[in-house]
Amino acid sequence: MKPNDVILQSVTKVTVIIIFTFSVYLFLNGHHHPGGGFIGGLSTAAAIILLFLAFDIEKVRENFQIDFKKLAALGVLIAIGTGFTGMLAGDPFLTQYFNDKNLPIFGKTELATALIFDTGVALAVIGTAVSIILSISEGDSLWKR
Amino acid sequence: MNSLHMLIFIPFVFAMAIPLLYKLFHPKIHLGWFVLLIPLVIFLYLLRYIPLVVNGDHLTTSLAWLPSVEMNLDFYIDGLALLFGLLISGIGVLVIIYSIFYLSKHREELHKFYMYLMMFMGAMLGLVFSDNIFILYGFWELTSISSFLLIAFWYERKSSRDGAMKSLLITVFGGLCMFAGMIMLTLITDTYSIREMILNVEFVQAHKLFIPVIICILLGAFTKSAQFPFSIWLPGAMEAPTPVSAYLHSATMVKAGIYLVARFTPVFGGSSVWFWLVSGIGIITLLYGSITAVRQTDLKALLAYSTISQLGLIMSLLGIGSLTFYFGPSEHGVTYSMAIFAAIFHLFNHSMFKGSLFMVVGIIDHETGTRDIRRLGGLMQLMPVSFTVALIGGFSMAGLPPFNGFLSKEMFFKAVNDVRVAEIFHLETLGMLFPLLAWIASIFTFVYSMILVFKTFSGKYRQEKLNRDVHEAPFGMLIPSVILAFFVVVIFFFPNVFSKYLLKPAFVAILPMFTIDKVDIKISAWHGWNTELLMTIGVVIMGSLLFITVKRWVPLLKQYPQWLTLNNLFEKSLEKVERYSLTITNRYMTGSIRHYFIYIFSFFVIVLAGSLLLLHGIQFDVSEDNVICIYDMGLVLGVMIAALTVLFTSNRMTAIVALSVVGYLVTMFFVIFRAPDLALTQMVVETVTTVLFLLCFYHLPKLQKNIGRIKFKLTNLIVSVATGLTITILALSSNSHKLFEPISYFFENAYELAGAKNIVNAILVDFRGFDTMLEISVLCIAGLGVYTLARFRMKGGDHNEAE
Repeated sequence: MKPNDVILQSVTKVTVIIIFTFSVYLFLNGHHHPGGGFIGGLSTAAAIILLFLAFDIEKVRENFQIDFKKLAALGVLIAIGTGFTGMLAGDPFLTQYFNDKNLPIFGKTELATALIFDTGVALAVIGTAVSIILSISEGDSLWKR
Repeated sequence: MNSLHMLIFIPFVFAMAIPLLYKLFHPKIHLGWFVLLIPLVIFLYLLRYIPLVVNGDHLTTSLAWLPSVEMNLDFYIDGLALLFGLLISGIGVLVIIYSIFYLSKHREELHKFYMYLMMFMGAMLGLVFSDNIFILYGFWELTSISSFLLIAFWYERKSSRDGAMKSLLITVFGGLCMFAGMIMLTLITDTYSIREMILNVEFVQAHKLFIPVIICILLGAFTKSAQFPFSIWLPGAMEAPTPVSAYLHSATMVKAGIYLVARFTPVFGGSSVWFWLVSGIGIITLLYGSITAVRQTDLKALLAYSTISQLGLIMSLLGIGSLTFYFGPSEHGVTYSMAIFAAIFHLFNHSMFKGSLFMVVGIIDHETGTRDIRRLGGLMQLMPVSFTVALIGGFSMAGLPPFNGFLSKEMFFKAVNDVRVAEIFHLETLGMLFPLLAWIASIFTFVYSMILVFKTFSGKYRQEKLNRDVHEAPFGMLIPSVILAFFVVVIFFFPNVFSKYLLKPAFVAILPMFTIDKVDIKISAWHGWNTELLMTIGVVIMGSLLFITVKRWVPLLKQYPQWLTLNNLFEKSLEKVERYSLTITNRYMTGSIRHYFIYIFSFFVIVLAGSLLLLHGIQFDVSEDNVICIYDMGLVLGVMIAALTVLFTSNRMTAIVALSVVGYLVTMFFVIFRAPDLALTQMVVETVTTVLFLLCFYHLPKLQKNIGRIKFKLTNLIVSVATGLTITILALSSNSHKLFEPISYFFENAYELAGAKNIVNAILVDFRGFDTMLEISVLCIAGLGVYTLARFRMKGGDHNEAE
């Protein structure tokens, strides 16, 4: 008999938004302030895990139709892929570029290829963390048998 | 590639063609007829070089193989190499004729036999003609391997496999020792060429590695030539087919050690170590082999021990001959040089009579089905030709006229008598032993030769003990042994012809201080009533007496305890080595992770602490350290308390929580040491690991959950304290030694270089992005690992249940 956890679920609904926002902040902020792909990815994973705790795994799965193992692999691929862009221009592997551009809404913004690399890192971290938790918790029910 | 190279590689090339010939002609024509061509061609070709060496010349050729390391196929022909080459190819011809009639083309795997035999012949030729010392070594090991294959030719028999194994173990042991000696020798002389080494003798004799080199090289020669106490493999090798025993284990391979000693005599000769080792071991082998041969009942074993004994004789002569290098070409030196000549002569003679004797024994075995003396007898009338050959061979071996063994035996006695007057190397006192031992050994040699001839052929014929009708061997089987026996007699009557064309050039090759036209050696059968003749007469009288009374005293010899034989000692020690190594391995490879960690940490402590102490690395310099503030002290105190809690708690849950306390305190360290990125990451990671620990804790099996504190173990305490101390000292010392400027200044202008104000992140994604890339790959792999572990274990379980 599962206890009714309305409070937990309601609080989670609000908190998850905040955590997601914070992780995106950490992730984007990484270039100039503490933060970055790794910690951003980890906190995103933390938010997802919170969802798993509050709701059923199946329910979260329905809403997040993502295979986290593939996500992790995609992250690694992106990170490696950014290395080749530098090679196209004749620079060594994993050369990063940056430039200031005037964008319509944001005004003068620094655009850096390091951000793409960081995206790869973040995706790899999210994918790995969540798939570890998921595979252990799925195995869990079987271990008890 | 000139003709000499072709000559040596023909057997190898032909060995490759043998399977094809086997396939084409197998049941129709005996494979041996094709193989026969090869040694015949080599023999005839080598005869062409006789005029060259008779003039005292030599021929060198070279073929580049690995020129960058001076490893080239340098071959040369001088008297010694030519003598060996002719023996190898000549007896090779006869042995192959013999084997054609000995081995059945229907029952035996002839293609293998002749392939191994050709491999052996090529290796042996390469060995004697090589000038490059490492090429020589290569051929040397190839003879060991092909001999191993030939001994185990009937591999279904256990005794064949055992004999092959034993011979391989011993000869390869010696070969590797020799290899070490050769390496040292090349280090001393700085050349790979044996000829050049002989020119640089003075460096060798003065070098501090001189004695190790001698011992190593002699170990190789002694193991190959079955000297005491390495002789045990030779009787075991008698499990080989008789043509192999006749060829390898009497005429050629066992002489490889003799060849080596003869070849290196100019380098080492004249030193007391060389003299005592070579002649001392040789004379002991002579005595040991002859006494042991008497008590054998198997004819081939008797011949094996007789080979050992005769090899010892040749070896001791080579040792005595090395005294020539001490005296130089003076009158004294010439006296001792006769020993070298006797050695060569006896080597030549021994190949003849021993080859023929082995063939006769093979014939007896083939015709009667047994080699046991106790079942044989009275074959004289049934096998007259074999008897004649055995008589000639046996009497020659015993050293009787009119056979060649007499001549070389007389020269041997002369050499051992001369040793007494040398008056160096303690010979004035110990020298007396040489003639005495030689004389005793010769008596036993006489006795076993007589046993071989008369116990087999005379006496009563015992049909009931033999399970077939005995008759004379086929013509083809007799031919080779008759030819050899013919030479045994011819050499006695015309020794000087052989001496001029074969022996003298070999003599000059061993003793380069003589030139061929100045060597004045005449072999004569009759040389007056001198000591040597009296010794021979004594041998005959004593030997005859002993032979007549052989039934009375041979049982005494057989009383010798079985467990004290060398063979038994070898087998026991082999068994012991295996058992002890198993015990030792079982003792330290316990399978316990704890023990392995103790080894790892102890090694770590010994190496690091040892190098710190030896290199005087322990220096503490606190002048540049920062001031310790109150927060640091508080945090350190907290970490210490938490860490000690982990050690001393009796509750696992407490330990996990204490461990995460350590983790969070480290986060605080990152905060006060101004590392915000690290602090953030550490905090999240610490949380996750704590959760995972709790998960593991939750799933511990109920049965074995003994809740208690960590058991105290003194070794663990010592090792852990030592490791901690080492690390601490190492960290403090390395902090005190700053040899180079830190490289962090490079990253300080990260904004200009990477457009990032966060240095840590700039390093992670830009300056050192490669590391990050691989780290996330590691993370990804770990995730997949957990996934597969959790998943596929279950599948395996289902699979088992299904079964």
